[in-house]
Amino acid sequence: MKTLRPITRISLGVSTLTLIATYYVPLWQILMWAPQYPEGLEMKIWINTLSGDVKIISALNHYIGMRIIEVSMFPEFGYMIYIVGFIIGAGLLACLWNRRIGLIVFFGLIMAAGVGALVDFWLWGYDYGHNLNPDAAIKIEGMSYQPPLIGTKVLLNFTAFSGPDIGGWIFMGVGVLLFGLMVLEWKTNSK
Amino acid sequence: MRAIFWNSCARTTEKNNTKIETLFIINHNMKTSIKSALFLLAGVALTFYSCKPKGPQAAIIGDAASKVYVAPGKYDEFYNIVSGGFNGQMSIYGLPSGRLFRIIPVFSQFPENGYGFSEESKPMLNTSHGYVPWDDLHHIALSLTNGEHDGRWAFGNGNNTPRVARVSLKTFKTEEILELPNSGGNHSSPFITENSEYIVAGTRFSIPMGDDKDVPISTYKKNFKGTISFIKIDPTSGRMSIGFQLKTPGVDFDLSRAGKGPSHGWFFFSCYNTEQAYTLLEVNATQKDKDFIMAVNWKKAEEYIAQGKGSMVKAKYAHNVLNETTQMATSEMMTEVMQLDPTILKDIIYFIPCPKSPHGCDTDPTGEYIVASGKLAALIPVFSFTKIQKAIADKDFEGEFAGIPVIKYESALYGEVKKPGLGPLHTEFDNNGNAYTSFFVSSEIVKWNVKTLEVLDRVPTYYSIGHLSVPGGPTRKPHGKYVVAYNKITKDRYLPTGPELTQSAQLYDISGDKMQLLLDFPTTGEPHYAESIPASMITPNSVKFYKIEDNHHQYAARGEKETKVERKGKEVHVYMTAIRSHLTPDNIEGVKMGDVVYFHVTNLEQDWDVPHGFAIKGAANAEILVMPGETQTLKWIPDEVGVSPFYCTDFCSALHQEMQGYVRVSPANSNVPIKFSTGKIEPEAAGPGK
Repeated sequence: MKTLRPITRISLGVSTLTLIATYYVPLWQILMWAPQYPEGLEMKIWINTLSGDVKIISALNHYIGMRIIEVSMFPEFGYMIYIVGFIIGAGLLACLWNRRIGLIVFFGLIMAAGVGALVDFWLWGYDYGHNLNPDAAIKIEGMSYQPPLIGTKVLLNFTAFSGPDIGGWIFMGVGVLLFGLMVLEWKTNSK
Repeated sequence: MRAIFWNSCARTTEKNNTKIETLFIINHNMKTSIKSALFLLAGVALTFYSCKPKGPQAAIIGDAASKVYVAPGKYDEFYNIVSGGFNGQMSIYGLPSGRLFRIIPVFSQFPENGYGFSEESKPMLNTSHGYVPWDDLHHIALSLTNGEHDGRWAFGNGNNTPRVARVSLKTFKTEEILELPNSGGNHSSPFITENSEYIVAGTRFSIPMGDDKDVPISTYKKNFKGTISFIKIDPTSGRMSIGFQLKTPGVDFDLSRAGKGPSHGWFFFSCYNTEQAYTLLEVNATQKDKDFIMAVNWKKAEEYIAQGKGSMVKAKYAHNVLNETTQMATSEMMTEVMQLDPTILKDIIYFIPCPKSPHGCDTDPTGEYIVASGKLAALIPVFSFTKIQKAIADKDFEGEFAGIPVIKYESALYGEVKKPGLGPLHTEFDNNGNAYTSFFVSSEIVKWNVKTLEVLDRVPTYYSIGHLSVPGGPTRKPHGKYVVAYNKITKDRYLPTGPELTQSAQLYDISGDKMQLLLDFPTTGEPHYAESIPASMITPNSVKFYKIEDNHHQYAARGEKETKVERKGKEVHVYMTAIRSHLTPDNIEGVKMGDVVYFHVTNLEQDWDVPHGFAIKGAANAEILVMPGETQTLKWIPDEVGVSPFYCTDFCSALHQEMQGYVRVSPANSNVPIKFSTGKIEPEAAGPGK
């Protein structure tokens, strides 16, 4: 079993500890602009809560039959802290274990968590955008309002943007760094 | 190794497609791989944040300034007569400059000139509920002859305590207010027929009527009814009277327009809440795919009235008129109104299905097309008057609603404007066969061709436009040139002034193929509908002052010789004059506690723009502003013994500040006689009380 280069091991440890920051910063953001909202409205998704103009967004969306967005509609907020805790623990273990396979497994775990989060977010977005109140004031034939997964989408008079926030960038950064470390390990050891 | 990242920042309003772009390709160089990865991360982040839509700053193009610049001393091209919404007034702006010239008090007290405070004007605000000093003025209708502006009167509606008002375009004064019985709020009003035969008033809220009005709200379907009043306009005096009322099923009436040309004799109303909901209308009145446009054959109604088929019903409503010669308003309580029942007289009204809570209901200049805007609809139906007539003749009905025939949608429809925008509200017309529709939700004006129903152009408004107005837009011959947007949200357009902001309008040039934003201008109250009329039709008739010899006010002093102070029991009447720069009398004695004092101030000036004002300390009232040749009365109940100063409030002359006087108030049991003078010097301590 190949051990890690010291620089890799330190990077792995430090980047794992960086993930602790994701408890204190927003992970994801949804921004919206409309002709009436040139300054934009924002919704920030944290590890266990929501912040931003959630009430304003819900008030606007109720016209087209979308549900009120509230923390209680996301069971994820109940267990996301444990998942991230588990990931951090796994990272530290990989660091202690000091094996290349550990690095690969940890990278796989981060990737799986990222993909899982996106799939989960997409499923929520689909439900939120399609499962509309039949009594809505504005019903437009064939229209659904699923928010974009990543990127920008025009929904009626709103332009919605969805993308990572600081916490999300940290996760992505860690992912990219791990990838770089694996490349480094691969190149070094195959010489 | 290649890493492909998504960038779906294809943000634009035009297209909803997402592009996938290759952003970075990581090279194989091991040493730079981590650096590249971080760089890539930063790159992706930057790209994401450049997604913001472009701001409204980009909207002004070309030489807008010169198009709205009215040089000092020059006049505007149009009078823009704008409703004041919840300030209850009308305001007069100039176009294209957007400058505010005047606020005309209509349904609300106006301390600035004493309207609703002076004894002359108080009766104007009388209603069956007593004195109601506020209302919500939504719509303007300018008088018409042959379907074109004639520059005589502006009419306005009171939405809350149902009323209509007539304002003279010679004096810009409210001359008449008529209350509407059997109405729960007068919204679809005061739209006008093409020879000013009638203005209409449709109830926004249906209510229980008749003898038993104490009914459960849940009996809406059974007990609640609407009315449409046709208010006759006397062709010479402009005096209003209710010609007749149509009893209608209980729905909410929203807006209306008269037919013109071929459709003259008909009137079209939009109605919503055909669900007949009485609670949470936001949900319960938006369930049906279609509500109705109501077509009214008012010529037919006139025939029935002539045949004696109407019935007089008891009612109580105020009719208030300003008498030009006595300068006094009087209020008369009316006791009956003529009603027709269209469920019995079947060929007066017809319903036409119209998508999703129709709001605007506008007839084009030819009178053939009726444009209805369902405020929740994603298209604009255009109905054809010819097809409506044919459908009625062929009895092409899909059924009845509350006893009224419903014409089949397709049988009345000329065509639909597809995908015009979101939340269509109102439509105005130019002189080239184009229509301009306001869209609240997508915050824009959309220009489309009435014949082809093709969308030609769209411009954003800042923000969420309500009504819009093209000069002459509702007439048979629109003057065109501009469209003004009256916006519902002002937000960041002006320097902020706390939570309460100015209201705003925007002027667009429509003389070319593309609409062009020229100007933002702030407005007072909350503007709803407005009309514009060429200045040349108004300016020559504008009254400069009132002739003193025509002043037949009961308490006028047509010269200083006629000034006096008279006691009538507990009332003291001061016949006062004002001329640069003194008030006569300016020393008044003999007023006692418990008296009610009336200052009847006549302005003796006979020149343009020399008003005098009058105010007295402690008056639980406003000032009065007296135009040259006019008499206005301020009521004052003294509340303390002593000497109270009064003065002229309008800076009238170099010695305006000298234009002042005193009233001595003595105890109730004193024996100070009535005495008054100007310029008389008396020895000190003369007379009783020292």
